[in-house]
Amino acid sequence: MATTVHEPPRIQDIRDPARVSSGSGNGGWRDLVPEGGDLHRVQEYAPPPSSTAIWVLLAAISMSFAALTSALVVRKGGAVDWRHFTLPSILYWNTLVLLTSSVTLEISRRRVASFMGGLKAALGTSARWLYATLFLGFLFVAGQYFAWRELSARGLYLATNPSSSFFYVFTAAHGLHVLGGLAALVRVIYKLNHFTLRRSTFDATARYWHFMDVLWVYLLLLLWMKL
Amino acid sequence: MHDMSAHAHVAHHAPPTGFIRKYVFSLDHKVIGKQYYGLALVAVLVGMFLSWLMRMHLGWTNFAIPGLHLLSSNGAPGDVMTPEFYLQLMTMHGTIMVFFVLTTAPFAAFGNYFLPIQVGAEDMPFPHFNMMSFWVTFAGFIPLIASFFVSDGPTLGGWTQYAPLSAVGTVGGPGEGTGVVLWAISIALFCVGQLLGALNFITTTLDMRTKGMSLWRMPLTVWGWFITSIMGLTAFAVLMPACVLLILDHVAGTSFFVPSNLVINDQLQPHSGGSTLLWQHLFWFFGHPEVYIAIVPGMGIVSHVLITNLRRPLLSHRVMVYSMGALAVLSYMVYGHHMFVSGMNPVSSIAFSFPTLVITIPSTIIVLIWLGSLYGAKIQINSASLFALGFISMFISGGVSGFFLAQPSIDIMLHATYFVVGHFHMVMGVAAMFGIFAGTYFWFPKMFGRMMNETLGKLHFWLTFVGTYCIFMPFHYLGLAGNIRRYQAFVPDYMQPLIPVHKFITIAALATGAAQLIFVYNLIHSRYWGEPAPENPWHATSLEWSTPSSPPPFDNFGGTLPVVYHDPYQYGIEGSSGDYVMQTSPEKIQTKSDES
Repeated sequence: MATTVHEPPRIQDIRDPARVSSGSGNGGWRDLVPEGGDLHRVQEYAPPPSSTAIWVLLAAISMSFAALTSALVVRKGGAVDWRHFTLPSILYWNTLVLLTSSVTLEISRRRVASFMGGLKAALGTSARWLYATLFLGFLFVAGQYFAWRELSARGLYLATNPSSSFFYVFTAAHGLHVLGGLAALVRVIYKLNHFTLRRSTFDATARYWHFMDVLWVYLLLLLWMKL
Repeated sequence: MHDMSAHAHVAHHAPPTGFIRKYVFSLDHKVIGKQYYGLALVAVLVGMFLSWLMRMHLGWTNFAIPGLHLLSSNGAPGDVMTPEFYLQLMTMHGTIMVFFVLTTAPFAAFGNYFLPIQVGAEDMPFPHFNMMSFWVTFAGFIPLIASFFVSDGPTLGGWTQYAPLSAVGTVGGPGEGTGVVLWAISIALFCVGQLLGALNFITTTLDMRTKGMSLWRMPLTVWGWFITSIMGLTAFAVLMPACVLLILDHVAGTSFFVPSNLVINDQLQPHSGGSTLLWQHLFWFFGHPEVYIAIVPGMGIVSHVLITNLRRPLLSHRVMVYSMGALAVLSYMVYGHHMFVSGMNPVSSIAFSFPTLVITIPSTIIVLIWLGSLYGAKIQINSASLFALGFISMFISGGVSGFFLAQPSIDIMLHATYFVVGHFHMVMGVAAMFGIFAGTYFWFPKMFGRMMNETLGKLHFWLTFVGTYCIFMPFHYLGLAGNIRRYQAFVPDYMQPLIPVHKFITIAALATGAAQLIFVYNLIHSRYWGEPAPENPWHATSLEWSTPSSPPPFDNFGGTLPVVYHDPYQYGIEGSSGDYVMQTSPEKIQTKSDES
């Protein structure tokens, strides 16, 4: 039997290049452009890359901390040498500081947003709230350092015991990410002062900072329960 | 100050000037793609050279390889390889090939170059992160190579670096001190580099598509890179903390992975309570998605090349995409099939074996779609399409052995034998290499404006195709006969009849390796003296063939972003320029009434 030659696949309907119908999509993953939409309006519907990027970054960071969490669970589960210790009380103050910094950041962000949206006449005190966030952030990192100091005064170092090892690893990992967030905040302040700040940049930075908050609360609960 | 609206716009206003900005620290995704390709090329030559050394030793154990002592101060006295040195070479071969070739070339090199162009973007949205991603990856290559030159040599624990051997330090053998730390630093840097890359790939695909480029109008290559970058994001994010914990075990005296009461060379090791199985779980949670990261871009490239040369689309575009996605999702659930004999709970073995068998379903669907599309079709034969067909062949040949390994009862006999080595070399190593070759021959005209030499390309294909089958098919026989992997010599009586097989494999390996020089020559010669390429030599439809020049200008489309009117694979129909309609062509396609 001769080899079969297939018919060409079914082709789509005739398309009029002047009109873009919503069924085919127009770029951006929300195909919301009405009939006859123009290029400028199309691109407005694509989410800003920094917004997508920050979710991607947060996903990766979550995976890293999930890996460390499972390492903690496994290591604790199989061990006879696990020595519990009470967390330094300064950690709870640090938590309050970090949560407050999220509040100040959110206040600042909303003020800047309403200024950018034309609802406010001037920037006003928005920058001050940003500086407050920065200050609280540095206060948090300093507080973490003091927590480390307290632990080492108790004789608990990185290699003393698996429980202390995980404490240092988790707090160091989180602290490094917080420092990264502080650098991003400095960048936002710089751009705000030079009038080059995009709203998406600020939103992304704020989202990252709030995530650091949530992550810290999770870590605190984890360390408090497991250590 | 007004709100600069959420505008997916890359600030690329003027082409870069100056040698450093243009060729070294470039923000241009095309240059970064070429840099990755160059890194992969260097890495594959190094990795191949290491495999030659291994093969020489396996075939002729006491052979003195001239000059070997230069590579190691104490690993090759009199140019004869010591057993430890064999293991060190094997570890470096695996690490370099898996990370710096199979992840770098199909994904980072071709993906960086062609993803933005194929979706119609000027560049990636974060060019600085992109540049960092390459240079961090390159920085990761340095410690690995440097480990050859430290006093003890590189680590010898295999690319998998199982604990406790990888965590106990110098007492574990040569290279287990500094060598392991260098390895872990190298891989941690690699992870960071790939995370930055994945960030760009995902945001480009989701947010930077040009007008008319809906998700379903993206070519299969873009889907391959997109799915791979999601896998990379989650998998590399797990390996990095694992490497950090390993480094801490070495330099900080922690015991994450070293158990208590471990005695090595009559010395009780000063560690307590670590879990060796923990390393395996962390590593393979990354490790299995990693092998799909190595192969899925190749699947995209092969589909793309195949369609162009078949002059018709595949049987189903959507099923291809869904299957690649299913591979990605399932890849996280199967990782324990590397651990069937590790001592973990046998019930876990069933829990991992089942999804491993399930994951064969999307893989088979993908293969069947390719085969079904080939059936009854006339394919244009050129170097690229030959390598695409070779990929399918290799993927099937290497993949079927996976069905056996997926079952714990059989795996007990075959784990750590050459059967496994044959399986992964064919299904991942060679197949992905063929995907890289197919992509190179296909896209060379666009990247450099010149055609590669077809005769040399076909010669390269046939020598490589026959050669790799000669090398790796006997591995399955060896494994079934009981030949253990990672041994540097085969001493027991039952192994002696297998030595001639090893000699045959060694000769095939050296010959096939030599054949790759044809490719390297072709690459370099065509780059400077190849025939100038026409605008669209393959009469292809996707966006990379509608750039105003080859290579494309710095902003890809000469200042005006394209508008996409059609699906990516409109072949076999009457278009204005032939039997195809390009995605950017505004011509209308006549509807054919379909009576089926």
